Amino acid sequence: MTKIISPDEAKQNSSFKSALTELLYQLADDDFILAYRGSEWLGLAPHIEEDVAFSSINQDTMGHAAIFYQLLEELGEGDMDVLAHSRPPKERLNAVLLEMVNGTGTYLENPKFDWAYTVVRHYFYTAAKKIKMDSLKNSTYQPLADAAARVSIELFYHMMHWRTWFQQLMLAGGEARTRMEKAIFQVMDEMEGVITLGPKGQEIIKFALIEHDKTLKDRWQAVLSPVFTSVNSIMPESMGMKSGNGRNGEHTADLESALAIMNEVYILDPAANW
Amino acid sequence: MTLEKPIKGMMTLNKIGSDHQKELVLKALYEVKDPEISSISIVDLGMMESIEVSGNTVKLELVPTFLGCPALDIIRQNTEKAIKAAVPSFEVQVEFIHYIPWTSDRISENGRERLKEFGIAPPPRKLPETGIWEVDCPFCGSPYTTLENLFGPAACRSILYCKSCRNPFEAMKPLFTNI
Repeated sequence: MTKIISPDEAKQNSSFKSALTELLYQLADDDFILAYRGSEWLGLAPHIEEDVAFSSINQDTMGHAAIFYQLLEELGEGDMDVLAHSRPPKERLNAVLLEMVNGTGTYLENPKFDWAYTVVRHYFYTAAKKIKMDSLKNSTYQPLADAAARVSIELFYHMMHWRTWFQQLMLAGGEARTRMEKAIFQVMDEMEGVITLGPKGQEIIKFALIEHDKTLKDRWQAVLSPVFTSVNSIMPESMGMKSGNGRNGEHTADLESALAIMNEVYILDPAANW
Repeated sequence: MTLEKPIKGMMTLNKIGSDHQKELVLKALYEVKDPEISSISIVDLGMMESIEVSGNTVKLELVPTFLGCPALDIIRQNTEKAIKAAVPSFEVQVEFIHYIPWTSDRISENGRERLKEFGIAPPPRKLPETGIWEVDCPFCGSPYTTLENLFGPAACRSILYCKSCRNPFEAMKPLFTNI
């Protein structure tokens, strides 16, 4: 298939545009909600250096969400702020894994967040995102290929960061190892939801917007498997979507409460200029 | 005023505008500084990609260093203001582009010096295959430094420590397309 180089060109082919916007909503919504979950750790991270690092990663991730929402705006989907803030949960296409709470309690009241879960979730997600970005560099939609190349560079440092945490906690033994192993199974129960391209997957693949999700999954396993070996562990083989498929608009109450908190200020005055 | 690296479209400005206007625009661009690093201009930082002049309209393409950088809107406004002030008859449009990634080698030699002046070590000129980079202390020049935190107070910077002069310092985080 020949490359589509501009939004105007994409708009002329309605089935191409429909597959493209579906994929863009997945990418944008994934980063948007996980950047929020990450930001909830501000001031609560295990140490001050991590507070600085994690905030920076969340800021990058929100920047990535913004570029994907911007691509949607260029395709006539509406204002990017509205896309980010005003879509109801059932219209969101993020993977369920990424909306789940960090632990019990809330940011303000008795937060008992789980760092092991956070490390595993962020590491597994970032690895999947990097593989998607690398595949997207050859996307038939050129503006997406350009954006992916840009995002991919920043992910190099995110990967390094989460891999370091993953390896150190896995090798620390004791409670750390036990909690990490529990977190790995929790995350794997939902990981399929991150990798799947959803109900329009066939169309997305047909238009060569990104490679087949089976290919992406194999690559993801190939990246992580040696890391498991390096910490004397074996990567679980099965993954699932235990709490639903976010690509179908299926979500948990965790997404509703997260959006309500995130949008609180925006909804007070949507026209305000920050 | 001469540019170390050519900016696309500068020649058009040469042809259409007067030499005087060209000089004014260039001077104005050198006056637009990074909002957090007041010693370096967006030109030396390598953010300028192209200038297009048609009639009274000047269109500038800028490359963001990091996508989530919160200073982008301020840079846009400052750029528009600076050119408008230099040549009031110009209508200015600033666009952030993503079709070219910003990489560390876009910083000019002058820019590297200006960063040091601010206490920020410039990034390595290229990244070794290992991904491990070495930075000299911007204060004493010693290579005897350690990385304290890859992630710093801004998306574009890391935190390091000089074991020679015992100063903490920041360094521009290297970005290359081969990573």
